[in-house]
Amino acid sequence: MEKEILEHGLNFNRRRFLSRLSLGLGSAALGSLLIPDLFSGSSTDEDGLTVGIPHFAPKAKRVIYLFQNGAPSQQELFDYKPKLREMMGQELPPSVRGTQRLTGMTANQKEFPMVGSFVDFKQYGESRAWVSDLFPYTAKIVDDLCIVKSMFTEAINHDPALTFLQTGSQQGNRPSMGSWLSYGLGNENKNLPNFTVLLSRGIGNGQGVYSKLWSNGFLDSVHQGVQFSKGEDPVLYLRDPEGMSRQDRRDMLDNLAQLNDLSYQEFGDPEIAAKVKQYEMAYRMQTAVPEVMDLSKEPDDIIKLYGPDCLVPGTFAANCLLARKLSENGVRFVQLYHQGWDQHGNLPFEITRQAKDVDQASAALVTDLKQRGLLDETLVIWGGEFGRTSYTQGKLTKENYGRDHHPRCFTIWMAGGGIKPGMVYGETDDVGYNIIKDPVHVHDFQATVLNQLGLNHEKLIFKHQGRRYRLTDVSGKVIHDIIA
Amino acid sequence: MHKSAFYIIGLIAGIVVYLQSCSTSSSSRVIDQSRSDNIPETISYNFDIRPILSDKCLACHGPDANKREAGLRLDMAESAYAALKEHPSAHALVPGKPELSEVFRRISSTDTSIMMPPPSSNLKLTAREIKLIEKWIQQGGAYEKHWSFVAPKKPTVPTVKLGEWPRNEIDYFILQKQEQQGVTPNEEADKERLLKRLSLDLVGLPPTLALMDGFLADKSANAYEKVVDQLLKNPAYGEKMALHWLDLARYADSHGYQDDGYRTQWPWRDWVIHAFNKNMHYNEFVSWQLAGDLMPNRDGGPANKEQLLATGFNRNHKITEEGGVIPEEYRTMYVTDRNDLFGKGLLGVTIECAHCHDHKYDPFSHKEYYQLFAFFNNVKEVGIESVIGGPDTYAKKPLMEISDEDVKSILSFVNKRDTNRLIVSVMGDLDTTRKTFILKRGVYDAPGDEVQPGTPKAILPFDPTYPKNRLGLAKWLFDKKNPLTARVYVNLLWQEFFGKGIVRTAGDFGMQGELPSHPELLDWLAVDFMEHNWDIKRLVKQMVTSATYRQSAVITPEKLAADPDNRLLARGPRYRIHAEFVKDLVLSSSGLLNPTIGGPSVKPYQPAGLWEGATSGRGLLSMYTQDHGPNLYRRGMYTLIKRTVPPPSMAIFDASNRDLCEVKRLKTNTPLQALVMMNDPTVLEASRVLAARLMQERGDVNAKIEKAFRLIVSRKPNEKEVAILSDYYKKELGKSTRSSADKSLAVGEYPIPANIDKVKLAALMRVMTTIYNLEETITKS
Repeated sequence: MEKEILEHGLNFNRRRFLSRLSLGLGSAALGSLLIPDLFSGSSTDEDGLTVGIPHFAPKAKRVIYLFQNGAPSQQELFDYKPKLREMMGQELPPSVRGTQRLTGMTANQKEFPMVGSFVDFKQYGESRAWVSDLFPYTAKIVDDLCIVKSMFTEAINHDPALTFLQTGSQQGNRPSMGSWLSYGLGNENKNLPNFTVLLSRGIGNGQGVYSKLWSNGFLDSVHQGVQFSKGEDPVLYLRDPEGMSRQDRRDMLDNLAQLNDLSYQEFGDPEIAAKVKQYEMAYRMQTAVPEVMDLSKEPDDIIKLYGPDCLVPGTFAANCLLARKLSENGVRFVQLYHQGWDQHGNLPFEITRQAKDVDQASAALVTDLKQRGLLDETLVIWGGEFGRTSYTQGKLTKENYGRDHHPRCFTIWMAGGGIKPGMVYGETDDVGYNIIKDPVHVHDFQATVLNQLGLNHEKLIFKHQGRRYRLTDVSGKVIHDIIA
Repeated sequence: MHKSAFYIIGLIAGIVVYLQSCSTSSSSRVIDQSRSDNIPETISYNFDIRPILSDKCLACHGPDANKREAGLRLDMAESAYAALKEHPSAHALVPGKPELSEVFRRISSTDTSIMMPPPSSNLKLTAREIKLIEKWIQQGGAYEKHWSFVAPKKPTVPTVKLGEWPRNEIDYFILQKQEQQGVTPNEEADKERLLKRLSLDLVGLPPTLALMDGFLADKSANAYEKVVDQLLKNPAYGEKMALHWLDLARYADSHGYQDDGYRTQWPWRDWVIHAFNKNMHYNEFVSWQLAGDLMPNRDGGPANKEQLLATGFNRNHKITEEGGVIPEEYRTMYVTDRNDLFGKGLLGVTIECAHCHDHKYDPFSHKEYYQLFAFFNNVKEVGIESVIGGPDTYAKKPLMEISDEDVKSILSFVNKRDTNRLIVSVMGDLDTTRKTFILKRGVYDAPGDEVQPGTPKAILPFDPTYPKNRLGLAKWLFDKKNPLTARVYVNLLWQEFFGKGIVRTAGDFGMQGELPSHPELLDWLAVDFMEHNWDIKRLVKQMVTSATYRQSAVITPEKLAADPDNRLLARGPRYRIHAEFVKDLVLSSSGLLNPTIGGPSVKPYQPAGLWEGATSGRGLLSMYTQDHGPNLYRRGMYTLIKRTVPPPSMAIFDASNRDLCEVKRLKTNTPLQALVMMNDPTVLEASRVLAARLMQERGDVNAKIEKAFRLIVSRKPNEKEVAILSDYYKKELGKSTRSSADKSLAVGEYPIPANIDKVKLAALMRVMTTIYNLEETITKS
């Protein structure tokens, strides 16, 4: 009896071994698009599911996610509520609020006076979508956007809400969306990491970001988001030490390979051969990454499109331009985080500057991808982790107010990647508090994103600690109405 | 002509077959079909059938009453044999008669309207699995209790043919299985390799030259055992052993969550090192951590301060400092974290799956989750005590203060270096009992029925004579009838030394976990461990003195093909060492290592801007202020762990981010790791310092290279290796100029000796870096 168990185990090992070999070749855990079956033997595929290739024909190949960290107020940007303005100062009707739980910041507030937007809205494009005056550039591209006004989430604080949007769970320690895509689809470019992360900071009230947001969780660490930063070392430890030329590095690696080969001859461990391959990829990254980071060769019309800030490393504009270049080079998932949207107070002043910080470059990215013919195969996402309340936090004056966290509705937009352009989806009530039409849960959103990349969110799974995990946890449905 | 055409056809056919075999062997369905004739004579429920039922059937026909389809439960004999609720004339299982068993009819059907699992589940049974179930029913369809929920009995040590090979009991079990499979063990590893392996495993450091020379010269029969004893007495042993425990206990130096402020929990870490060094036995070690605050000390007085400090274990979890949270939501999360750790780390079960509903696979009910939860739910704590701030926020109530007096007496192992107030978060219960309710869907504000403290009955019912608090829970955990505690820890240590556990899913001994490769060995070790009063050092010694451990790690193509994952242990372990030990190896071999034990965590070199780029801007840890001097050269385990931005070179080598309990690290091999070894100032500085040290000694270049190789790789290089490296040195020397040398040497803060030939130094430094980058260097082999 025991013999049999072991036999079965050994058999399983052979499969795992093959998958480990594929790792050694520097590809993603699974992904060879040419001979997909060869590398599909990951430890998760005993269900006969194929990972490493899409489950069906994808619309999009890559994603650029412009995450607006801190939660931008939908009332001041996209969700036009004239009624809310009229009701300025009136108490939020208890019937609207229902049993809604509130954050500790406003739970003890005695009154909940409603506050309309200080800024005006107009309709634009053929879609006649409403956009506020804070977003003049975004207004010009509404016909490329699908604006979803009916997003909702389960968390009311930043950390769990961000983590929920990025990993499908509020608790963390699960793979991020980019890791799942890297795992599911593999690499297009062998010289660049498949999932890259770019950080920038606005001028508004900031909330931190955390590396768990781009964590590989229980997936192999080749699927971890790699942070690209401004400065001399765009990827950690990428730059050779002072005084070392490319030729010096080549010489060192050649000697190293010879020595490692001696070791391989003695031990016969495939890990040694794999190690040599990893060093070679590191060497190629050392050239490929600075090349892609170099924005100096961008023509004037591109600089003009993104705005002068795009030449200042580490700004949102520079990161948008960089995102385009990375994506163009086959990076599967480019994740931006822009901090500064947490306007609990002093909202009119802060959001005006914060909006100016991102408007031009966000629109430029969509326009740029479009003019390169890349928008069809690139899904661009813009949005935060939840919305903001229709009532004011703190004192309401004519000129000044704040808004607290609001999980019940928020607005995001998507462009390209087979999402319907020129569309507004979902509706909230007259005071912008509750969704009245077409709600989109975070898991629905995630299911839809995976769908656009040719992945069935119920089949993209990984078994860990005895449980099959997926990005959408145990729920989520694809929103077919917004798919072109 | 004809002949060659024949060969070509043959070759093509061969390639096709090869490709097919590659693609088929990677797909379980096909592989299992090809093996579907290979069905054991006697089917075992525990080893053959339960894994199938658990993985493919129990999510809908298992313990979770709310998700049960058609009222059918297949994890228990009574319900599986009973008449079907929806078709009283039919039975899911009819012992001896697969053709009458609805289960078999449906799993073997191709009719999508009746087949099981249904296509919508995305699950599928392989042909082999179907045959196994058929044969199991034919043989009577008998159920057994899950193996890990039955208390282990000490099996007799098996007999083997190769009688001279075994050194202790472990080897008999290992060899017996190898002989069944027609495999023979490897030779013993050469002395140099063996010593490196042992030293890395026992103290997390490469052997010193003196240790190497002594061991190589010692021709006595027990030379190896002598070194084992010597290393077990080295205080670095406590540091090495502490690391796996710090992962399990999710120890960190920040509170986590979004502001991620600083905390001073490190005295607890110092206690762990101390406890391993004085060989505190596992039962006491864990009991203090679980319930030290509730223990009367020997004089019958309240718990002493050391026992209290040990309970920091259950306060290492993340604690929020984000203004605006709902306190009860977070307090519930802290209790949940403790409960889940208790399950995963100490019991090896995924109790966390019963947080929102009955467990889908294992027999743990939703109610039992909250009964266990009740033990941890009585702490005098709040969800948010303070927002990010100064020293008063570095620990949260309940807390203890460590005075300078304590450090001179009972807490002498705490490396307190100044006279500032030092506080640590520890456990302490309320005077009255906080009621515990089942939380519907696991949500803090959806309480259901009230529950009393209790333990999962499937593991071991709670003895009513035990106090209903954490002290009682500790007694339950170390009750000799508890089937899991000893097995789980023995397995965890096995994983430390052999790379993979006997149960490879170290945190899941439940039905979805992997089966043990050597169940009898695991039971023997577990019972032996208990019989020897949970003596950890004894267990460690047992493992590292076995012939199994002492084998060479050479992998022949035959063994690689037959057993790529080394389940049969017919060769020694060969693994890349943990992140912290990579740093230790670099520092130690270069002579830079500062061997101080314990104290506040340190901030060595780190790429600029990481903390600053991801901070809310609040608190002590919003900016990274690098340390200088001796703090740069502390062991890797003392690098400050800020949870939201863990130390990058550690994270790249798969260190835990300490968010939650972790019992098994990934072991990956990535280009980013290559970049760390090539360009991390820690490695470059060590290369420079070692090169300078060697240059100040007598001897030619080859002698220097040989010595460096011994220090870094822990063995003498062979001629070829010396030739390649000395050739490399000569070429580098030819290229090196005064100005390029100055640039190369300008790394790290450790001074360069005056009057040294910098051009030569730079060339030799390159050679050192190359040796550090060898695959073998950071591998125990």
